[in-house]
Amino acid sequence: MPFKRYVEIGRVVLVNYGPEYGKLYVISDVVDQSRALVDAPDATRKMMNFKRLALTDLTVAIPRLASKKVLNAKLAEDGTFAKFAATSWGKKLAKQTATANMNDFDRFKATATRVKKARAVRKVFNQLKKAAQK
Amino acid sequence: MAPAKKPAAFCTQGVTSLGRSQTYKRRALFALKKKNGGKFPVHAKKAAPAPAASKAPRFYPADDVSAPLAVHTVRKPTKLRASITPGTVLILLAGRFKGKRCVCLGQLPSGLLLITGPFKLNGVPVRRVSQTYVIATSTKVTLPTVDVSKFTDTYFKPTESKRAKGGDAAFFEEPTTKAPLPADYVANQKALDAALLPALTAELKSYLASRFTLRDGDRPHLMKF
Repeated sequence: MPFKRYVEIGRVVLVNYGPEYGKLYVISDVVDQSRALVDAPDATRKMMNFKRLALTDLTVAIPRLASKKVLNAKLAEDGTFAKFAATSWGKKLAKQTATANMNDFDRFKATATRVKKARAVRKVFNQLKKAAQK
Repeated sequence: MAPAKKPAAFCTQGVTSLGRSQTYKRRALFALKKKNGGKFPVHAKKAAPAPAASKAPRFYPADDVSAPLAVHTVRKPTKLRASITPGTVLILLAGRFKGKRCVCLGQLPSGLLLITGPFKLNGVPVRRVSQTYVIATSTKVTLPTVDVSKFTDTYFKPTESKRAKGGDAAFFEEPTTKAPLPADYVANQKALDAALLPALTAELKSYLASRFTLRDGDRPHLMKF
């Protein structure tokens, strides 16, 4: 099984540990075997250990140590972060945060709709079952 | 126009950085002298009021008893959590109505919260509850202008039950009759409900009618209310 996602300049990464948890960054440069310089539009460029980063499928064509202006322009042009949000990974993350942020009323409404749907489905199912048994 | 007075500069506590003659110049005391004809103004001493003439007391206490210190406490109603405002939906955590969701109407002078079900939806009457036994949800109901002035702390105070002075036997007897509800309680509740119910959507009504429970997989420390 060959690797498909490589650490390279421009690789879009998701932080999975630490204070920046859940944020998307772009690899701006590689420091050594364990650390990379990462950059994002609304953050200062910083070093992060690869252990904190999860590589995504997306890349951005930027030069090494690209300036903020260049990085932002390229990200806006490609719509990279929006593309990530549209992937199944991105959608799954969005659903997780939405569920975690539900308040008591939202949870009640979700339960009510689920129960209503289940009742409707079960009703039709039982009708079909009864018809089949005849 | 007199020039603004410059404040004293201190190099350590109580020691000014300027000496006596410099301070004289800084304070412009020569102006005072000039006004008063070359001398500092002298003011007559204020006459101390003559002590009121009183007879010697006939009685002195045997021991010197110290007088109790004056009490300066100011009683204020309990500070409410910022999340609890009139119209907030609260989850009751203890008592007969535990788990029920009710509407907060405000805080009474005693510090307790005034709540109502509304009674028609979940059986919670207009009641007092302490904020410590309540979870405040982030759901707010825009309360119509309801007159809650008649629901005071005295309205809810239980009437004094007459204790039989019979002795041991009467003490252990259970009271057979329950004191009836004052006549206007039901009417007040109905009036309050009639004012509140139109302000609630159908969804909110079924929400208030339901009870809060924890199920498998629920982690209350991670739940947002």
